[in-house]
Amino acid sequence: MPGPTTGPPRAPRRSLRGRRIVGLVLLLAALVAGALLSVAVGAKPIPPGVVWDALVRPDLSLEDHIVVRSLRIPRTVLGLVAGAALGLSGALIQGHTRNPLADPGLLGVNAGAAFLVVIGIYLFGVTDPLGYVWFAFAGAAAASVAVFVLGSVGRGGATPVTLALAGSAISALLGALTSAVILVDVATLDAYRFWAVGSLAGRDGEVLTNVVWFLGAGALMALASAPALNALSLGDDVARSLGHSVRRTRVLGIVAITLLAGGATAACGPIAFVGLVVPHIVRTFTGPDYRWLLPASALSGAVLLLVGDVLGRVLVRPGELQVGIVLALVGAPFFIHLVRRRKMVNI
Amino acid sequence: MAVVTKGPAGPPAKVPGRPALRRGRFSVVWRPRTVLVLAVTALVLLLALVVNIGRGDFPISIGEVVAVLLGGGDRGQRFIVLDLRLPQSLTGALVGGALAVSGAITQAVARNPLASPDIIGITMGASATAVFVIVLGGGFGVVGGALAAAGLPIAALIGGLLTAAVIYGLSWRRGIQGFRLVLVGIGINAMLLALVQWLLVVAEIYEAARATVWLTGSLNARGWEHVVPVGLALVVLVPAALVLAHALGALQFGDDTARGLGLRVDRARTWLLVVAVGLAAVATASAGPIAFVALVAPQIAQRLVGAARPPIAASMLVGAALTVLSDVIARTALPSPLPVGIVTAVVGAPYLLYLLARHGREART
Repeated sequence: MPGPTTGPPRAPRRSLRGRRIVGLVLLLAALVAGALLSVAVGAKPIPPGVVWDALVRPDLSLEDHIVVRSLRIPRTVLGLVAGAALGLSGALIQGHTRNPLADPGLLGVNAGAAFLVVIGIYLFGVTDPLGYVWFAFAGAAAASVAVFVLGSVGRGGATPVTLALAGSAISALLGALTSAVILVDVATLDAYRFWAVGSLAGRDGEVLTNVVWFLGAGALMALASAPALNALSLGDDVARSLGHSVRRTRVLGIVAITLLAGGATAACGPIAFVGLVVPHIVRTFTGPDYRWLLPASALSGAVLLLVGDVLGRVLVRPGELQVGIVLALVGAPFFIHLVRRRKMVNI
Repeated sequence: MAVVTKGPAGPPAKVPGRPALRRGRFSVVWRPRTVLVLAVTALVLLLALVVNIGRGDFPISIGEVVAVLLGGGDRGQRFIVLDLRLPQSLTGALVGGALAVSGAITQAVARNPLASPDIIGITMGASATAVFVIVLGGGFGVVGGALAAAGLPIAALIGGLLTAAVIYGLSWRRGIQGFRLVLVGIGINAMLLALVQWLLVVAEIYEAARATVWLTGSLNARGWEHVVPVGLALVVLVPAALVLAHALGALQFGDDTARGLGLRVDRARTWLLVVAVGLAAVATASAGPIAFVALVAPQIAQRLVGAARPPIAASMLVGAALTVLSDVIARTALPSPLPVGIVTAVVGAPYLLYLLARHGREART
């Protein structure tokens, strides 16, 4: 990376702190702007003044106020929370696997959730997002634990590549079982395909209240593990000699990843790319320190999901493009740009 | 080393205790284990083909199948074997072989066991265009009905090649690095997957069901028109791969070493990838992206042969046998017939997990 080559030796450190603060301020500003846009923009545009009125002195005889309070705000909050959870889980996974390719989706979370959702639809006749939540969560949790267990049993332990391979193997296996069910029963396919795109639309507040506790617990565990992750990034042996319990940190990390990615997937359906892209973007201004990287990833994930959702409402009016698709279409080119521009970040 | 790189002058290196076979600039070391593996896998493949042809709604005994293949049998048997089941089984074998060779090359070039064409998005490119034709083809009028069905493989082929070209172009930066190729491919793959899922949402339900069968990888109702293109691709591209393979031996030590050995690294890699992409695209066009063959077959072959990298010929035979055996299970062993891709994934994924559990360290390459 080109940087100042002259100047006092302290300069880089000071500029890193400056970058971090500017970055966080910009992120917060983007978050506020994204939330406002998410409430104001939609099939029915609502002026900011009316939004404000709906918030502070609601008048439930006005249609706009009802739209804001019962649809737009729950959707925005869901986007904020799920986006933050996905961003955090992405940063955690990349940290624990030391693998810049790692993403909740790659480690089987999405496939596990999808498979149990399909089972829920096929065997138990569940057909609304609220009903999918527990199936998705259980599937995501089981798959991620299975991936970590299988990735760790080899003689070499949980290396980045064994984890990624275990993740893709579990994903492919569960994906095939999912296909088997939806091929046998067309009605299941019909319900499943709308869940599988990943969307914030049509999820009411109850979906969020179901998963918010898991997400909160996961976020706390994630933030608390930042110092240990910093030590782990120097290698297991160094971390051990610094007095960290590698095993405990790993187990905590897996639980946190499962809670965060599983909860977000349960609430919104499989959304790729937030967990993959966010840590790469964030690292450009926070550096590798997880005490900065994790909170910034949470904020960026929230911004990314909100902005993606707003874009989806605007792009194909009067229809709507689901946020999972928008994020893939926007996230993939950005990700590729990142891959091309930078020397690959070593984690 | 299995393959000794050519030197501009002087005698090629020797592997102690193993006689070398030389012809012109190429030389091979005599490896009995490789030959044994090739022979046994070929035998398994033949058996699987005969069994697959014999089983079905009209069971035909193995002896009768062999008789028909040698020119005997009655008219009914000849029809069932030669017009229905033989082309389907052959398509399976050829597609499986093509996917496996494609996977062997990409894994060896990228020096990464994850870098099979299904992970880096090439088969997804083929699938996305195919689903596009299935879902929107009817709506355009011009490519509706039978024409859409005939256009499906061509669309998939074009889609796969285009995707590969895009991935390659985007990965190029003063040369191609395996790692960057995988990353760019994963990005493109995710984007295409999102497109496919969007198409499934906007599709009519029966189109979505048809697209799902395609996306799983199916050999159902494949005829001679599917056998010919994959067969031609294999006949042309596999020998090319074998000739180019001497470069792989040097590439696995890293670019600098390979250059030091006198290899034009980028040119060799480009041509190898062209071969791999051609095989993957043609295979996907014929039968859809049959899951896991490209990822697993080279890994199995590598361990059977005991080589340092995925071997091409053995991968091809393992991939073909794996696919045909999976088709036997998919067609006849389950309560209702399923696309072959489901079986390859259910068989392939646990094998990969087993490899991980047993050889965790080796999988780190």
